[in-house]
Amino acid sequence: MSDHPRLSLHVPEPEFRPGAKPDFSGVTIPRAGTVRRPPVDTAPEEIRDLAYSIIRVLNRAGEAVGPWADQLSDEALQAGLKTMMKVRAYDTRMQMAQRQGKTSFYMQCTGEEAIACAFQMALEPGDMNFPTYRQQGLLIASGYPLVDMMCQIYSNSRDPMKGRQLPVMYSSKAHGFFSISGNLGTQYPQAVGWAMASAIKGDTCIAAGWIGDGSTAESDFHSALVFASTYKAPVVLNIVNNQWAISTFQGIARGGSGTFAARGHGFGIPALRVDGNDYLAVYAVARWAIERARRNLGPTLIEYVTYRAAAHSTSDDPAAYRPKEESEAWPLGDPVERLKNHLIVKKLWSEERHTQAVAEVEAEVIAAQKEAESYGTLHTGPKASGRDMFVDVFKEMPPHLRRQRQEAGY
Amino acid sequence: MPTMTMIEAIRDAHDVMMARDDNVVVFGEDVGYFGGVFRCTRGLQQKYGRARCFDTPINESGIVGTAIGMAAYGLRPCIEIQFADYMYPAYDQLVSEAARLRHRSANDFAAPVTVRMPTGGGIFGAQTHSQSPEALFTHVCGLKTVVPSNPYDAKGLLISAIECDDPVIFLEPKRLYNGPFDGHHDRPVVPWAKHPLSEVPEGHYSVPLGVASIRRPGTALTVLAYGTMVYVAEAAAAESGIDAEIIDLRTLLPLDTDTIAASVEKTRRCVIVHEATRTSGFGAELSATVQEMCFYHLEAPIIRVTGWDTPYPHAQEWAYFPGPQRVGEAFRRVMEA
Ligand SMILES: Cc1ncc(C[n+]2csc(CCOP(=O)(O)OP(=O)(O)O)c2C)c(N)n1
Ligand SMILES: [Mg+2]
Repeated sequence: MSDHPRLSLHVPEPEFRPGAKPDFSGVTIPRAGTVRRPPVDTAPEEIRDLAYSIIRVLNRAGEAVGPWADQLSDEALQAGLKTMMKVRAYDTRMQMAQRQGKTSFYMQCTGEEAIACAFQMALEPGDMNFPTYRQQGLLIASGYPLVDMMCQIYSNSRDPMKGRQLPVMYSSKAHGFFSISGNLGTQYPQAVGWAMASAIKGDTCIAAGWIGDGSTAESDFHSALVFASTYKAPVVLNIVNNQWAISTFQGIARGGSGTFAARGHGFGIPALRVDGNDYLAVYAVARWAIERARRNLGPTLIEYVTYRAAAHSTSDDPAAYRPKEESEAWPLGDPVERLKNHLIVKKLWSEERHTQAVAEVEAEVIAAQKEAESYGTLHTGPKASGRDMFVDVFKEMPPHLRRQRQEAGY
Repeated sequence: MPTMTMIEAIRDAHDVMMARDDNVVVFGEDVGYFGGVFRCTRGLQQKYGRARCFDTPINESGIVGTAIGMAAYGLRPCIEIQFADYMYPAYDQLVSEAARLRHRSANDFAAPVTVRMPTGGGIFGAQTHSQSPEALFTHVCGLKTVVPSNPYDAKGLLISAIECDDPVIFLEPKRLYNGPFDGHHDRPVVPWAKHPLSEVPEGHYSVPLGVASIRRPGTALTVLAYGTMVYVAEAAAAESGIDAEIIDLRTLLPLDTDTIAASVEKTRRCVIVHEATRTSGFGAELSATVQEMCFYHLEAPIIRVTGWDTPYPHAQEWAYFPGPQRVGEAFRRVMEA
């Protein structure tokens, strides 16, 4: 036997499991307005601290404070609130539709609405998102028709994906929304490649990659960072840290790294960490990173700190692995409530106006749902055609597929 | 004897092996505290501790790569890839490393890893939760590939896989987890408890790798099937009235060619059924094998019934799935030839 002490395996565990009372009072959250806003051409090594802080604009009183504030017009703020409300109403209706058996599967982004909705407002036509399944806010904020989204959820006769894809796997080149893959992380390097193509061609558009905290563990995440770093690709690399990857807490993917943002440091990529439930902060940080990309200064890594308030998907019940009260106890609040309060403080909004807006948004979503359902749902009414299964495997259908299609009776 | 679902039988195999052998470690995405998205490892972390059953980062090549390192050290990792559709990032570790370690090191090192993964469709999982990639494993020399079709076999084969000194790919047809699904998706699910093969002995027993099982003796034709397709073939036999002999291959590699050849020599006709896409699927290997071994006994061309050569669709799932009607038609065609 050697004289060395015996080794043992370290396996991280979240602080709170079902039965425990979640208490986040130990988590340090910087006061809104206290984190500096460096010029976009600052060298990455001079802003390493920003990967360990949290950029916040909205304070507890609902005021926008500090160097990252005052970037959005009153109208834009009101529109932002309505977009987030629309995303939430859409999620609620589609979740319900799944429970009613009208489709097989659904994924909500409850509590994370500000991230996609605000980010989209900082992009320009021609830019391309490489989203995950939890960025429906990008599409809705870009004005993509709700009816088309719902037809995809229902896999019906008007499904833009022709019934092929799992619900929520949208695609729209016209709206800067790259086709979603179910395989995690694969699209992060693709976003870098899209951005490199823009640079190769001497164009002006940029790309945005999206990934969840859990998926940053994938090798593809690291592939993306090394290519982005080497070629200074005009890309914004977004990490949505909603604390959970199905039942696995973020500490399993983060390991010994203090934050996810800090992953950028080894690659010399400037990294920012931002309050993902603060619409104004998300927008300001997105603008900063997009400007860097646009000025050919290279990539930026952004970690959005948020919380996945709902289940992972309709196939999941989080009560089995985290305390029910954890979502309520989460210290960054609700993004919709926070922007609403800010607008009320600015006298741009009121409780009455809000109630009215809730009703308007709901009516819009319900009307879209009625229309979408008139084109069929997964199990009833008009359907995506079986013939479509064979189309688009290749640009031109090879003989063996033609034969198989015939054999299948289409 | 207790009846078990396939999930319970798989969990029980882990439990038996972890209790018998301290070297058995179990890990994968959501496998630890929660017990896996299909709950196949539920309770193991609580019973055996976090160092023997744990959650991993979402990185399939990391899961397989670390398992190889552990196995070479002397452990017996039994790891889970959440869906077979997500094994691709791990493919290099499986093909270039696990499969060849023993050979390239002249038996100096080996990688006795069991890689479990749910496979197949039938749950409206679309293209990323439905694939059947078995042929991507059987084509690799150095990997054994197993596909159980019932709780009794699942437990016995998983125990054999964990005890095997070489890497084993263990594909679990997810549509069978909770009942013997025969392709009649419009009928209520039959629970395992009503099926004789849900009777699972307690404790340790094994079903040997490389031995097929004749699930329905018959004289008219031989069906080569595995996983969910065993039940689809049974339904097709019952509905067509054709006296098919149904062979559940259970292990695709090594393949039980003796059982196959004896059956085809008897029936003189052969239908091969799998859910995976057709071209270069495992059916092609089976067809070639039957032709090589039984050519002079065959009275009809061998027919394959498979998934179409397209990604697994969502809405069109049942147009894709080779159900009892398509299999029954193949039976009739092979009888008429
Ligand atoms: C390559 C791959 N491995 C595993 C999965 C299964 N899976 C789907 S979502 C998920 C968790 C992802 O968590 P995170 O990246 O944090 O995103 P979130 O769901 O929280 O938005 C897992 C493991 C997958 N889709 N692809
Ligand atoms: Mg997450």
